[in-house]
Amino acid sequence: MSSLASIEGLFYLAATIAIVASLKVVTGKNTVHALLYLVISLLAVAVCFYLMGAPFAAGLEVIVYAGAILVLFVFAVMMFGLGIDETHNAPQSRGLSLWVGPVFLGLLLLIELIFVIGNSDLSLQLNNQIVDSKQVGMLLYGPYLLAVEISSFLLLAGLVAGYHYAKPESRGGRL
Amino acid sequence: MMPEMIWKLLEITIMIALLIPIAATLVWVERRMIGIWQDRHGPNRVGPFGILQSLADLLKILGKEDWIPPFSDRLVFILAPVIGAVCVLMSFAVIPFTPDIGVSDLNIGLLFFLAMASLAVYSVVLAGWASNSKYALLGGMRAAAQTVSYEVFMGLSVMGVVLLTGTFNLREIVLAQTDGWLIQSQFVGFSVFLIAGIAESHRLPFDLPEAETELTAGFHTEYSGLKFALFFLGEYLSVMLISAMSVVLFFGGWLMPSPLDTWLPPLVWFILKILFFVFFFILLRTSLPRPRFDQLLAFGWKVMLPIALLNLLVTAALRLGGVL
Repeated sequence: MSSLASIEGLFYLAATIAIVASLKVVTGKNTVHALLYLVISLLAVAVCFYLMGAPFAAGLEVIVYAGAILVLFVFAVMMFGLGIDETHNAPQSRGLSLWVGPVFLGLLLLIELIFVIGNSDLSLQLNNQIVDSKQVGMLLYGPYLLAVEISSFLLLAGLVAGYHYAKPESRGGRL
Repeated sequence: MMPEMIWKLLEITIMIALLIPIAATLVWVERRMIGIWQDRHGPNRVGPFGILQSLADLLKILGKEDWIPPFSDRLVFILAPVIGAVCVLMSFAVIPFTPDIGVSDLNIGLLFFLAMASLAVYSVVLAGWASNSKYALLGGMRAAAQTVSYEVFMGLSVMGVVLLTGTFNLREIVLAQTDGWLIQSQFVGFSVFLIAGIAESHRLPFDLPEAETELTAGFHTEYSGLKFALFFLGEYLSVMLISAMSVVLFFGGWLMPSPLDTWLPPLVWFILKILFFVFFFILLRTSLPRPRFDQLLAFGWKVMLPIALLNLLVTAALRLGGVL
């Protein structure tokens, strides 16, 4: 019973981290720092998924959102030079208060993850109520088939539009 | 419960304490091997055969000024190298070394590895951005584009393994290869995985984020001292990680065919197999030229992605047909 309660405690801790980080995303002034908070928020949500017994969803959350989509965000921000101007104007003395936040939240998450993975008692508790990848697949291709198909149409439309924009205009362009 | 917890922590500590010096020694091994392949000596002065060269380098790097450029973004600048090293070290937690050794039997071990590999991108990208210098920014942008592209089919290439073994748990994947290594049926998947792995660890020939001839040093142009050493450490750790993952996924982990498995303990076989791939990585560095950046991306999306998809499709079809 006590370990179940501690799973709940860990869940609320991760959820709080997610909320705090999300608030920092919309209140921050520096674009890249806001994106970093968004990454931490997504990682916290992934930990929430893991604690609720959905490791597959947690893994995909990290791989797809934090690992791919947000990297593209950062890429775009870097490419258009957003965020660099603000950094130039920010006085260096305020640097300390700037970096304590994300580091603290990220460290909390890391400690929590190591605690859960290293503690076999907690892991056993988690394994009792687990939703594995097979069940996710069966749900996706069973009751939610229509939603999957519709979202795939949406992605296809995006792909076609992307191809259209990326197509070289003249034949003499890139090889 | 408590002794178990302490035992786990001890295991983690020993693993980190071994991995980091091994990664440092790898720098010497690489320089020495490159020397031999290029018909020269390489570093051979410090200690027997020069094996203490890494130690000397470490002392030198600790003595250097650890400079944080005033024009940089301090938070991100300090954070970036740490993210890289931590992500790679975290991945080692799910690798099953022997039947008994291995920090965690996470049942999504393979996904965990992919997740950590995709988070490691931030190290390079943020380093490039935070340095606030043009070379570093270009390197960081290259790294972002390269890693996001190659990550896609790194994930796809190992799905064949998941199809055949029916699990994401790395220990179970190894045990499923008792009758025969997966390389027999997944050679294409292995090739794609290895190429993607080289790109993920941005080693030559895919080291465009730090291409010295064009970008000075790419994303770590502004880094010095200990933080530069962390980047270096992360790179060699990820070489070992990709080698270990190749062995676990395609070459049966610690398993060996029946007459050989009694000759040496499983851990030694595992390390020998890893070393084989590490040497392959080094040999690649000495023998291949660096492609142009658009060639790299075109190769990824137009060659590797279709091959990975086709491999997955054929594997699935053969699996359904009961051949594999």
